Amino acid sequence: MHDSILQHLDPEAICLGVEATSGREVISLLAGRLAALGRVRESFADAVLAREASMPTGLPLGGDLNIAVPHTDPEHVVTPSLALATLVRPVSFGSMDDPDEQIPVGVVMMLALADKNAQIDMLREVAELIQRPGALAALAAATSPDDIFAVLRA
Amino acid sequence: MPRNKVVLVACGTAVATSTVVANAIEEEMRERGITVDIRQCKATEVPSLIHDVDLVVSTTPVPPDLDKPVITTLAFLTGIGKDEVLDKIEAALRD
Repeated sequence: MHDSILQHLDPEAICLGVEATSGREVISLLAGRLAALGRVRESFADAVLAREASMPTGLPLGGDLNIAVPHTDPEHVVTPSLALATLVRPVSFGSMDDPDEQIPVGVVMMLALADKNAQIDMLREVAELIQRPGALAALAAATSPDDIFAVLRA
Repeated sequence: MPRNKVVLVACGTAVATSTVVANAIEEEMRERGITVDIRQCKATEVPSLIHDVDLVVSTTPVPPDLDKPVITTLAFLTGIGKDEVLDKIEAALRD
């Protein structure tokens, strides 16, 4: 059960089966959704892209299906939120612990955080989700936002 | 009474991943009988905050030549190799 993720993830911020050729494209898409929902400022997308370029957020999970968690400083955020994309074909993200290493990423979970202490439950749930066996594959296989919410409620 | 060991937890923005890591270290070390003081910062801020720190744990590369032990790990996010990293952290804090 991932209550806090469920609270922060608007169905409009879920993009499934995205055909993208770069991480930048996915970040722009998700940041655009959050901006359209009024949850982040217009500056958010550029800030996330800049941060990703210098300090990437790809997390290698030891298999073919890796995740990236792009985010940036709280000043660009209006309402704490998440956005999620699943990709038809993986795109490359730099690895968080070694920016020179590129990893294939099939699921992108964008974090829009306003206050680290207020969002600790959400962050903990994101880490739990990443570590839950099969959860990422289930997210990647989702064909509707309801499928995503079913994974998060499990 | 000896002072608590200080762990400086760093990540890119000091808002997301370091919060997860800081909480995990605090909880896991408490279970191992070690009370730690945790501070969070951006990786770029580590050199200016290093002086009274016992250990640096970072999810992203930190500047070199810090003269303090540094553990760079994604284990608290991915779960991969978490037990080994906890053993390393414990060993560094018991020195």
